[in-house]
Amino acid sequence: MLALFLVIAGLGLIGWLTARLRAVSFRRGSTARFSSLPSHFGGYVALWTVLPAALFLCVWSATSPALVTDRVLHDPAAAQLPPQGFNRAAILSEARSLASGNSFGAFNPLSKKLAPAYAAAQTRNDWIGAAIALLLSFATGGFAYTRVRPDFRARTKIERLMMAGLLAASLIAILTTMGIVASLLFESWRFFNIVPIGDFLFGTHWSPQVIDPADPGKTLGAVPLFWGTFFIGAVIAMLVAIPFGLMSAVYLTQYATPTARRWMKPILEVLAGVPTVVYGYFAALTVAPAVRDFAVSIGITWASSESALAAGLVMGVMIIPFVSSMADDSLAAVPDAMRDGSLAMGATASETIQRVLLPAALPGVVGGVLLAVSRAVGETMIVVMAASGVATLTLNPFASATTVTKQIVDLLTGEAEFDSPKTLAAFALGLTLFIITLLLNIVALTVVKRYREAYE
Amino acid sequence: MSDIAVAPPTSSTPDRVPTDWRTPEMQRRIRRRYGAEQRFRLLGLAAVILSAGFLAVLLVTMVMNGASGFLQTRIALPIDFPSAGLMLDPARLHGPGADLALAGAGIERATDAAAITAFGKDGDKWLSDGAWLNVREAVKRDPAILRGRSIVWVPAADTIDVAAKRQGDPAAEAIVTKLQAAGAISTGFNLPFLTASDSNDPTRAGIWGAFKGSLFTMLVTLLIAFPIGVLSALYLEEYAPRNRWTDLIEVSINNLAAVPSIIFGLLGLAVFLGTFGMPRSASIVGGLTLALMTMPVIVIAGRNAIKAVPPSIRDAALGIGASPIQVVFHHVLPLALPGILTGTIIGMARALGETAPLLMIGMRAFIASPPARLTDPATVLPVQIFLWSDQIDRGFVEKTSAAIIVLLVFLLAMNSFAIYLRNKFETRW
Repeated sequence: MLALFLVIAGLGLIGWLTARLRAVSFRRGSTARFSSLPSHFGGYVALWTVLPAALFLCVWSATSPALVTDRVLHDPAAAQLPPQGFNRAAILSEARSLASGNSFGAFNPLSKKLAPAYAAAQTRNDWIGAAIALLLSFATGGFAYTRVRPDFRARTKIERLMMAGLLAASLIAILTTMGIVASLLFESWRFFNIVPIGDFLFGTHWSPQVIDPADPGKTLGAVPLFWGTFFIGAVIAMLVAIPFGLMSAVYLTQYATPTARRWMKPILEVLAGVPTVVYGYFAALTVAPAVRDFAVSIGITWASSESALAAGLVMGVMIIPFVSSMADDSLAAVPDAMRDGSLAMGATASETIQRVLLPAALPGVVGGVLLAVSRAVGETMIVVMAASGVATLTLNPFASATTVTKQIVDLLTGEAEFDSPKTLAAFALGLTLFIITLLLNIVALTVVKRYREAYE
Repeated sequence: MSDIAVAPPTSSTPDRVPTDWRTPEMQRRIRRRYGAEQRFRLLGLAAVILSAGFLAVLLVTMVMNGASGFLQTRIALPIDFPSAGLMLDPARLHGPGADLALAGAGIERATDAAAITAFGKDGDKWLSDGAWLNVREAVKRDPAILRGRSIVWVPAADTIDVAAKRQGDPAAEAIVTKLQAAGAISTGFNLPFLTASDSNDPTRAGIWGAFKGSLFTMLVTLLIAFPIGVLSALYLEEYAPRNRWTDLIEVSINNLAAVPSIIFGLLGLAVFLGTFGMPRSASIVGGLTLALMTMPVIVIAGRNAIKAVPPSIRDAALGIGASPIQVVFHHVLPLALPGILTGTIIGMARALGETAPLLMIGMRAFIASPPARLTDPATVLPVQIFLWSDQIDRGFVEKTSAAIIVLLVFLLAMNSFAIYLRNKFETRW
């Protein structure tokens, strides 16, 4: 296969060289103006030589296995195959791996009989594919070569193809989004066929380790997860991130000297660049025991060593630079005239900030906080390493709490088969998470956009 | 105009007297306001310092815990080779048959026996499980030692290693003191940490396998995300007509940039593993998943860089007869490239530190040999850190922190390079 691709690429190179030579020769001695350079002609022929053949090979390699199987089924030995079902497919796949040399022993004697037929059909198909690809390459390349004439606009053709390539590249983003939505929706749909959607969304008991086949919805109620996610990501983490992020932004934009700002801003941004697995390890190794010891010292003897507080605190620190840079941007967007006016009226700097700048920047700050919440809600490694796996509905920050992301990881790392309710539940949780973060982002961007229109 | 300036005082302020700022209550008021100003300012400073302080604590903790992970405790093991019962013909040690001869020589048993003779009943438990490998290497390097009694330095067992570096359990501490008195223990650079792969024994565990997996994964990510990201940025910024389709593309790119990384893992699991049937735990699947995640970052950075190229460049090129494609590929793209590269490096750094999506596609398996191909089961550095952090063995604490140091050094290098690039090639138009 690889050799075939190399041969076709070589043909393309030859096409490029000959077409280029021909273009150079008819340009020489001519005073006419040409629309295309010699290399455009070369590229045109090369593309025609390579692309159709490569496309054909892709299609061929996708359809070839079916053709091979079809041929094997016409073999006399295939008459002994069981009519339909799992056994038939197993024998065929065993014969295939025997024929390709991937395995040496056969479980079923019949597959040993079929293996030679498989090998023969495979070789035959490979040769047919190679021959057609080479013929195609010659035919299309030759056709392109005959069009290399002085008045032919090779450049236009190539540029049209490049535009198509650019468009195709930008469509990948849509494809990815559609892939995410489709895979989440499809698996969730399968999940909601087993578990009623009401049980999942409003049930308050979550313990996927024991699923009752008769009533799987009883232990798959996700409310404790939603609460834990909200409690850790939107309450505790934000209690850390908002004051620190906002005050850092205020200090760095309003008070700090340019030199201090130039040094401190990158340092804060390093906090955002530290991988989350490092934060998670730090939370589990250092912060969680400290939080537990603190809780015990103030008399909460049952405090969990996987408390919501430990995960939330570290997550908050991770979010600080995010809040800070969003606040920074929106403070910078407040017109200077407003600040100067306030200062000129005799207000101190802090009064100006508190009564003029922050209210004016508020929509931007709120938008930034919403984006920060969406980031915190989707954060995985910190909670996987520092939060507990036990879902509880609690208001106590020293108690254990779990989150949606932590449960997705826990559900998918077991050895469960792909379509058990346990695995599918992870996709339902993923869908919920996707929708929540999407909504948060849309709301945040709307808030920010509306605010911008006020001053421009 | 002067009408306004000399307008008579309105009825609301007929008897207004100028404020006397020297009265005690006014002075108090000013002091209070200035005090509030000071406090607010200090509060801001405290927020900045505490945030930076947290970073410092994080880094110092990792360095304190991890520095010893780069060190290895070794024990001097005296072996009397003639009496060790090795089934080894010294003549075969030269030439191609050497490895085979060593493999069947029973060195592992001989090493344990030597340890028991040298250190007592539990002597073999003082040595790392991989100690015999060092003996084998020593024999291979210099077959002459087979003729007599010689001392081979071998790595110590996990408990001894921990006790020698910091507080271990009392029994191990006692052994270390005893060995120190005999001068039979030393500490050196832990080369196997950089060249070995994952292992159950912390003294033998290394990061090379995970590092190679990271390298493969990043290669796939770069090869896919960079061209697609740059091409879509060019299309959206230079050619896209303003219509509903373009809006749809823009909205999906902006949304993808904000989707939690774990969702990309679910996508990879459902599509690459489920639908396309690609191999589990392979670096190619990890690379594809991370590429989808990194692409929006590159597109957004690329669009900003392309936007920064002034229109006069395009006009000049069009004016002398270049086609739209030539304008972009001959003039705009080269000028925007430093900015695009900066964004790409930052996106790649983020992908290098990413863990969650890779857990979803099964890159969390125990893999004891480095991957040789893109389709081999592999793991990556952050996942290796995660796996080691789950180990109960105390020896893994320092290994985890040491691996974190390696990861952070790489991220720092990538980000510094991005900043350097930005500063060097930044053009002010």
